[in-house]
Amino acid sequence: MTAVAVVCGALALVDFAAHWDASATTLGKPAMPSSLVAQGQSLFESSCAACHGIAAQGIRGRAPSLRGVGALAADFYLETGRMPLPSSRVQPLRTSPAFPQSKIKALIAYVASFGGPEISVVHPRQGSLAEGQRLFGLDCAGCHTIQGQGGIVTGAIVPSLNQATPTQIGEAIRIGPYVMPRFSEGELSTAEVDSLARYIQSIQHPDNLGGWGIGRIGPIPEGMVAWLLAAAALLLIARLLGERTREDAGSPRQMGGDR
Amino acid sequence: MSRIWKAIVMFVMWRTGGLRRHPTATARDPSERHTGAPAWAERLVALLLLLIPIAAVVFVALFTLHPNTQLLGLALGVTLALLAAALVLAGRWLVPQETKVEQRPQLADPEMTQQVREQAAAGMEGVTRRRLLTGAAGAAGAGLTAAVVIPVVALGPGLEEQLRRTPWRTGRALVDEQGNPILATDVIERSFLTAFPQHADEEDLGSPVVVVRVDPMTLKLPPERAGWAPEGILAYSKICTHAACAISLFRDPLSPSTESKGPALVCPCHYSTFDVLDGGSVEFGPAGRPLPQLPLKIDAAGVLRAAGPMSGPVGPSWWGDPS
Amino acid sequence: MSGAHQHAKDPVTFVDERLGAARGLRFLMDYVFPDDWSFLLGEIALYSFIVLILTGTFLALFFDPDTTPVLYHGSYQALQGQSVSGAYASTLHISFNVSGGLLARQIHHWAALVFVAAITLHLLRIVFTGAFRKPRDINYFIGVTLLALAILEGFAGYSLPDDLLSGMGLAIAWGVAMSLPLIGGPFATALWGGRFPGSTAFESRLFIAHVFLLPAIIGGLIAVHLAIIMRQRHSQFPGPGRREDNVVGTPMWPGYALRSLGLFAAVAAVLVLMGGLIQINPVWLWGPYHPYIGTNGAQPDWYLGWLIGALRLMPNLEIHAFGHTLVPNPFFGGVLFPGLLFGLLYALPWLDRRFISRDYRRHDLLERPRDNPRRSALAAAVLSAVTVVFAAGSADRLFFQFGFGYEGAVWFFRGAFLLVPVLVFVLTKRVCEQLGRERSYPLRGWSGTVVQRNSRGGFEATPDGDLLSPPEASPESSASRL
Repeated sequence: MTAVAVVCGALALVDFAAHWDASATTLGKPAMPSSLVAQGQSLFESSCAACHGIAAQGIRGRAPSLRGVGALAADFYLETGRMPLPSSRVQPLRTSPAFPQSKIKALIAYVASFGGPEISVVHPRQGSLAEGQRLFGLDCAGCHTIQGQGGIVTGAIVPSLNQATPTQIGEAIRIGPYVMPRFSEGELSTAEVDSLARYIQSIQHPDNLGGWGIGRIGPIPEGMVAWLLAAAALLLIARLLGERTREDAGSPRQMGGDR
Repeated sequence: MSRIWKAIVMFVMWRTGGLRRHPTATARDPSERHTGAPAWAERLVALLLLLIPIAAVVFVALFTLHPNTQLLGLALGVTLALLAAALVLAGRWLVPQETKVEQRPQLADPEMTQQVREQAAAGMEGVTRRRLLTGAAGAAGAGLTAAVVIPVVALGPGLEEQLRRTPWRTGRALVDEQGNPILATDVIERSFLTAFPQHADEEDLGSPVVVVRVDPMTLKLPPERAGWAPEGILAYSKICTHAACAISLFRDPLSPSTESKGPALVCPCHYSTFDVLDGGSVEFGPAGRPLPQLPLKIDAAGVLRAAGPMSGPVGPSWWGDPS
Repeated sequence: MSGAHQHAKDPVTFVDERLGAARGLRFLMDYVFPDDWSFLLGEIALYSFIVLILTGTFLALFFDPDTTPVLYHGSYQALQGQSVSGAYASTLHISFNVSGGLLARQIHHWAALVFVAAITLHLLRIVFTGAFRKPRDINYFIGVTLLALAILEGFAGYSLPDDLLSGMGLAIAWGVAMSLPLIGGPFATALWGGRFPGSTAFESRLFIAHVFLLPAIIGGLIAVHLAIIMRQRHSQFPGPGRREDNVVGTPMWPGYALRSLGLFAAVAAVLVLMGGLIQINPVWLWGPYHPYIGTNGAQPDWYLGWLIGALRLMPNLEIHAFGHTLVPNPFFGGVLFPGLLFGLLYALPWLDRRFISRDYRRHDLLERPRDNPRRSALAAAVLSAVTVVFAAGSADRLFFQFGFGYEGAVWFFRGAFLLVPVLVFVLTKRVCEQLGRERSYPLRGWSGTVVQRNSRGGFEATPDGDLLSPPEASPESSASRL
């Protein structure tokens, strides 16, 4: 609930900032949002501009332009800790956010001041679980695995979705971060994104009816359990059962005495 | 170096029990027999056996009243573990402990072997043209084998039709999983969607295609495929040419300036990677053939349609497959 | 007369008077089992098989081998209204609505994994101790055949529920079947009843193969396997009083029978506990299969991990001639590699007679791995090659966890496949030779002299030569000393 509240708050703020910025270039900026944008700009210049350029126009061979990516992309990359990156040669992966919430809000406000889509609004509860399962199988499982545990693609790692929030899911679908494809409204409607988020929430809280879930990625952990647990236990049992005659008839210690 | 080597050997010997002395071969008869069970063992085995019906009743009660998988497994597992403990303890402590020596049977009796060989040879007594008969029998066997195998291989010619057919025809519209036509405007750059021929069986291997859009300037299609990708929209068979898995990964760098590799379709089974820009050629992985491409056109209503048949056979190759 | 009346009440008399079975019973009760824990590996496989038969029978009472699409309206929420096959729907029904159904499914699957694992360990014991030599070569062939059949049987079972993973597995199986030389296309098409995913008859064929044909053949071969063992008696490790012409150990009655039944109960207990407590193949989480969907890093059960590894490691070679494909790529990893491995296994007794041990005699005393360094080194090298390929099959997952690139991993494993067996061969051979030389005096073998009491009661240093060729250097010499 608090997450939703924060997101809504941030959204209202950014919405406000973006609209103001678009229409207020001649009128002069109002105190609060413009101060937020200004704060974001100075933060951007110190933390992001080295790669994305001093005015977010991008630097060829280093990082893309952020003009027009909007609050949506800024929120996604900052909230999942994917930005800032230590080097433009590494894949951005999820970590804890590098900035506190107030600074993230300021950066989002600054990036949104160039225009672009707003932070996604996703309502998993309005989605259909079965539709989400079907769409996830069709569009997402190839990379993320059907249980959202992540995997690989040649050239990159596919992150697990265990920590993805509905908002971030909605944003990633529209952005296509790193090498992930993106999906238009025509391909995945807002309602379908709600369903996907609902399905992903369900796999984040699996029921594991069969017992210990061992990662829900199928045969690899199953094989490890079969060998390291079952086969090891049975070998131990066999060792205990089969040991007797060694002690009686073939005992090295007794025979040592004979020597 | 030699010290390390000795350490390795020592470790292996320790693990394999090689450090214990090995029994010398003695002529001593190893037979022995001990009887007389300790009283505690009898009581323990009896106790274990008495616990079994209790555990079994718990299992039955759970089965009828509350069949929870974990509780059922625990109850039945404990029952069996009690049984195992009782049997092993009984085997090792209650009954006489015995080591016996048994003579190993001699398997072959040379005299009998000789007799049987002679008897077998006698079956051919009086037959003079043995070589001819052997040859004739061989011919009979070969004929029978051929009679069975050739019809199977003869399935070949008709087979080609069966294994290569796809429902794609010129003008056939591309639809999504629900049967809705796909508009060119739905396919944005860096998007990835699965399409099927309108009114065709979605489960047919020849049906599913992957539709992606790239910047037309980056395309490297061969000249004869020049018009196959209107507005940079490409369609490839979704079935891997290696082993028929669905190509369900699309890797498309957001920022081509920083991520060196270009857009590619990847199979999740063995990670065959197909370059979408130059007609589905194999970039990495075991696939031996490019992905078949479906030529596209955009009709007046903006709907994507096939502009011709697939560029090659869909799915894995087979021996004799014309390719 | 009254005595006969009394006797008729005891079971031995009852059976003997009707079947004349006393001789056979006596043979069974007297049968001697040499005691060694490694001899129990085959028994673990046998008991897993019995658990498989019991749970499999239960499952077959509820499973519906039908691939006709139905709209799912069972108790599982995430698939409501989706189009699934009858087979998949009935697997969900077994898992959620049949009392003990999920337990039976999970026990069955764990038992399958343990069954093949136990056969593999048993095979390794046989190979490394030379137990495949005359007169056991025929029985060894049966055992290798059983391993192949067990893998096939496991794959058939894995494929039945028609979930996402089993469907992807069958797609690969189709690709491999198509790649068979000469007959590939017609064979695969005939087996599947058309192009993959095939006609509805294919699921019935798979079902009959899994619940009747393969288990019947496996059961029959197990019976022959055991009958041959009992005809020849068990092999045994050298030890006091143990010779080529005798068997020393515990008789079946009563000690061994109780312990072996105890092992059966223990195997069953482990499998039931795992079936109840550890989730395996949760097909409801995988969802149904359609030929146009896939999940990342799909894997087969462990016993086919070496085949997916081979398929993944193989470079993209296909042989074409005169405008026709001759050898499609899956042939190399999916047919040639397992064909070579099983060919090597079948040829082992001959290779050993002819090239490794150069010994055509009958052997009932086993060798320890160190006693035959060449054979042990060869076996370890082959095992290491298979292990490298096996590891390559799950490399994507390992590299996901540790963050390496996949292409680099594939090249790493290709190199390891060529290099590791050579290293393992050399290393194993040296370790075996060293162990054989150091023999029972590893601690004293490094330095100093060995002092022994001589026949006159004094002490004398043993010459080095004695240490290098101790009396039990080979089973033959120990037998001849006796």
